[in-house]
Amino acid sequence: MNSQTNPVSTLVWTFGLMSLFAVGGANSAIPEMHRVAVDVHHWMDDKQFADIFAISQLSPGPNVLIVTLIGYAVGGVVGALAATLAMCGPTAVLAYYVSRLLQRSSHSPWPAIIQAALVPLSIGLMGASGLILALTSDRNWVAAMITVAAAVLAFATRLNPVWMLLAGGALGFAGIIG
Amino acid sequence: MASESPPAAAPAPDISPATPPIQPGLFELFVAFAKMSLAGFGGVLVWARRGIVDQHRWMTAEEFNETFALCHFLPGPNIVNLSVVFGSRFRGIAGGIAAFAGLVGPPMVIATILAALYARYGEIDALRRILAGVSCAAVGLLIAVVFKMMMPLIKKRDVVGLVMLVAVFIAIGLARLPLQAVLLVAIPVSLGITYIMRRRVKA
Repeated sequence: MNSQTNPVSTLVWTFGLMSLFAVGGANSAIPEMHRVAVDVHHWMDDKQFADIFAISQLSPGPNVLIVTLIGYAVGGVVGALAATLAMCGPTAVLAYYVSRLLQRSSHSPWPAIIQAALVPLSIGLMGASGLILALTSDRNWVAAMITVAAAVLAFATRLNPVWMLLAGGALGFAGIIG
Repeated sequence: MASESPPAAAPAPDISPATPPIQPGLFELFVAFAKMSLAGFGGVLVWARRGIVDQHRWMTAEEFNETFALCHFLPGPNIVNLSVVFGSRFRGIAGGIAAFAGLVGPPMVIATILAALYARYGEIDALRRILAGVSCAAVGLLIAVVFKMMMPLIKKRDVVGLVMLVAVFIAIGLARLPLQAVLLVAIPVSLGITYIMRRRVKA
């Protein structure tokens, strides 16, 4: 874990391990990514982390691509590729074998029990992601209001989320957030 | 791989004998997942369901839900797991890799380009302001997803689930403990309580 080692191998090790603990997907792992990238390895500061989250939400594809952006910041194109494969690979192999296993014994009660037990944990993790990102993004009350407005709109309406992201960008460009 | 018989892909014949399952090829898998992925801003799941169930009819809605449930309780990015499990049902390991490459490859190229642009121009004031605004809204979207996912727990009055949820939130969000340590405690505890509760309900 020391910073003397090759940063790309640190990326592979970090995200490969994280992949197996990311219950509920990439958005649940954001607090851990923030802890590793900002607090432990000092790859970036809070502001850059918030920017990277914004870019990952603006770009198409699965949410997991936030690790591509972190990887690029650490080790360029090689870092981006290494981080992405490390985050996706171990769990993909696991998924492959578990799905084959379950095809043979589809009447086991365990899938339902495991799911019922893990879903609350993944929601808690995502809530923590929301909190940590809000603390890094919302520097003043205007910014916090934008977050609250987007949350309420996304919760209560079926509006395409892209419009809220663009509206946030426009408000930011107008200099309201400061 | 092409000559190999598809590994246990067909659903049990007693479910729907009317429509024989359509077997996508490797290239088809790649293209289909690339399309879903590139269409999916802020989450690919909706597009995956649309593509797999409605458009291509590769799975029924029920089969899709079952497959997704499996991928949801496994760790890691759900939709990535889904692509691998889905692709391998039809074409074995090669199919899993084709679907995975389609899902992750093209958007990864885009993300890398955006990352390079950010590294080069990220200090420009206008861009910083725009990204600051986008990230405020993006956090809001994430919080909305959290509340949407919480609603079923609240409706079911799942006290155990809600307590576990809050405990994990505090441990990770407020105490900032490492993920592995928290989950090594939380997963066995949650599994144990859930198992005991279910046995009691049955008894």
